[in-house]
Amino acid sequence: MTNATYEYILAGRRHRRRRWLLVTCSLALLACILCCLMLMLGNTLYPARDVLRALSGEQLKGVSFAVNTIRLPRMLAGLFAGFAFGLAGNTFQTMLRNPLANPNVIGITAGSSAAAVFCIIVLHTSDTVVSIASVVAGLATVVAIYALSRAKPFSVGRLILVGIGIQAMLSAMISYLLLVGAQQDIPAALRWLSGSLNGSQMRELPPLVISVLICAPVAIVLSKHLSMLELGEQAATSLGAHTDKTRIWLILSAVCMLALATATTGPIAFVAFLSGPIAKRLVGVGFSNVIPSGLVGLNLVLAADLVGQFAFQVRFPVGVITGILGAPYLILLLIRMNRKGNL
Amino acid sequence: MLVISVILLGVCVVASLALGSRFVRWHELIDGLFRPDIDSYAANVVRKRISRTVFSLFCGAALGVSGSLMQAVTRNPIADPSILGVNTGAALFVVCGMAFLNISTADQYIWLALAGSTVTAVFVFGIGSMGRGGATPLKLVLAGAATTAALSSLVTAIIIPRSYVMDQFRFWQVGSVGAGSWDAIATFIPFLAVGLLIGFVVGPALNALALGDDVATGLGVRTGTLRLVAALAAVLLCGAATALAGPIGFVGLLATHLIRLTLGPDLRVIIPMSAIAGAVILTISDVIGRLAGSPGELEVGVVTAFVGAPLLILLATRAKVRSI
Repeated sequence: MTNATYEYILAGRRHRRRRWLLVTCSLALLACILCCLMLMLGNTLYPARDVLRALSGEQLKGVSFAVNTIRLPRMLAGLFAGFAFGLAGNTFQTMLRNPLANPNVIGITAGSSAAAVFCIIVLHTSDTVVSIASVVAGLATVVAIYALSRAKPFSVGRLILVGIGIQAMLSAMISYLLLVGAQQDIPAALRWLSGSLNGSQMRELPPLVISVLICAPVAIVLSKHLSMLELGEQAATSLGAHTDKTRIWLILSAVCMLALATATTGPIAFVAFLSGPIAKRLVGVGFSNVIPSGLVGLNLVLAADLVGQFAFQVRFPVGVITGILGAPYLILLLIRMNRKGNL
Repeated sequence: MLVISVILLGVCVVASLALGSRFVRWHELIDGLFRPDIDSYAANVVRKRISRTVFSLFCGAALGVSGSLMQAVTRNPIADPSILGVNTGAALFVVCGMAFLNISTADQYIWLALAGSTVTAVFVFGIGSMGRGGATPLKLVLAGAATTAALSSLVTAIIIPRSYVMDQFRFWQVGSVGAGSWDAIATFIPFLAVGLLIGFVVGPALNALALGDDVATGLGVRTGTLRLVAALAAVLLCGAATALAGPIGFVGLLATHLIRLTLGPDLRVIIPMSAIAGAVILTISDVIGRLAGSPGELEVGVVTAFVGAPLLILLATRAKVRSI
């Protein structure tokens, strides 16, 4: 390789790294702004000074309750669930090399939802049991989808079809559980059908926060191998990636995050689907979009929740807003993939 | 074959009349049916269930034929009104009617639901058949799933601010044949009759279409017109059923595959027999829903999805990789 080409490649890499840093920092900044807005806005607008004093433990009449009990848990739930959905969605999309193969479409979130609904509404179990059950159910769904679509030669298309079938079954099960458990309880139903941050409470958050703090680093560390997997099975093996081990760890961490996020907020529609492709568009090809996709996810959730709360005369749950935003994109993506003949 | 299907129909009619949150004994059943002078509680329960049973038989027949027509027109084993998103399209139009046009009667729903199903069907087929290879099962299913997701978000967004629509819509959305009154049946019959008639008439031509467009043209079939007419009949049937009973999925898929598996691929047989199969499946599912949800009832759409989704999975695992 001549020196000039080498320089050229290095320059390209520097350029991509700069772009990645720029994107990541701006996303993080945007997230900070949205978090502040989530704490300040509400039925009454509190200035940043009051919010900070309430957060630091000072007792201010009205402010303390609104900020610490209502807005802070809501903001944190959105923050962590959004990050988890974005990261996990991107993991599946990259691993299966198809943007359509995301946890919403292939029924993994539906599996966790069904387990969580069963534990919360029917059995009235403790939060720990809910968390464990949703993780186990998420993993079981993954195993079931994989086992059913394993016929040779492996095709992602078949996996998606099987996943849609499983998704249909699990949704029917959720409707049944909602009917048996919470008759006429529409807020509960909406939470489990499209996702909502309404009624998030501090005590529900620890499992989600812990899992994101443990699993996100795993996913980020393995992201180097993930980008090798993206090249295809054979290429990845010859580049020295432990394909099977990497896959198992990635799936485990992604499902843990997904399941606990779902158990906390319900399956917020399309966040797991949108984050990866948006992050990729922002970062460009050739640099890992793992962290950016998590950031895109949390920005999406927080922004959509703000829009849902304040943009209209009625308050919409966050899942309805992300659903309306995400579905046209899904249709556009399908049209583009069909035109190219990728399906 | 006819004997078996008549026996099956009879069994499910009796089951539908006798079973539910209140079990009815034989003599009470006969009292309710043939002795209008007896006014016992059980007899009245039976009379209440008559219209429901007739309605579920009709809806099931419509959905069954609609499914087999859709599969024949698209030459695609995974076509069903619910999978293709047609039900949700009907739902969106009905909700818009309730919210913006103050519509509340069945014969007004029906036109809106028909318009909604037609628009959605065209849209989904449009997306699904783009690109190489035409409408493969995967492309169609994905287009249907995406459209369903998009439309159901819109439906939720429309009903949340309007509690009166939410109340009305919830009764419709559950996908239940429980609301089947004689009025609803009367509204339904013309649509059912026209749809079934077209379905039976186009059977032989659809058989030719199954050999491929070129062969069909060679045999003297106008493929474009045939597809249009058959698709219209399919949408008419499922749109009308959806308007009156709410979105009920997978009946068409189940009925058609059941018949094809037992009686072979001749569409002249499949189309009429899937009417019977659809009627049996829907009525039995309704009975199961009444028993499983007792003392309330589980809506029939949930039951059919629970039975139908595994079939979808099975078809996906069996299908040739190329066609996926």
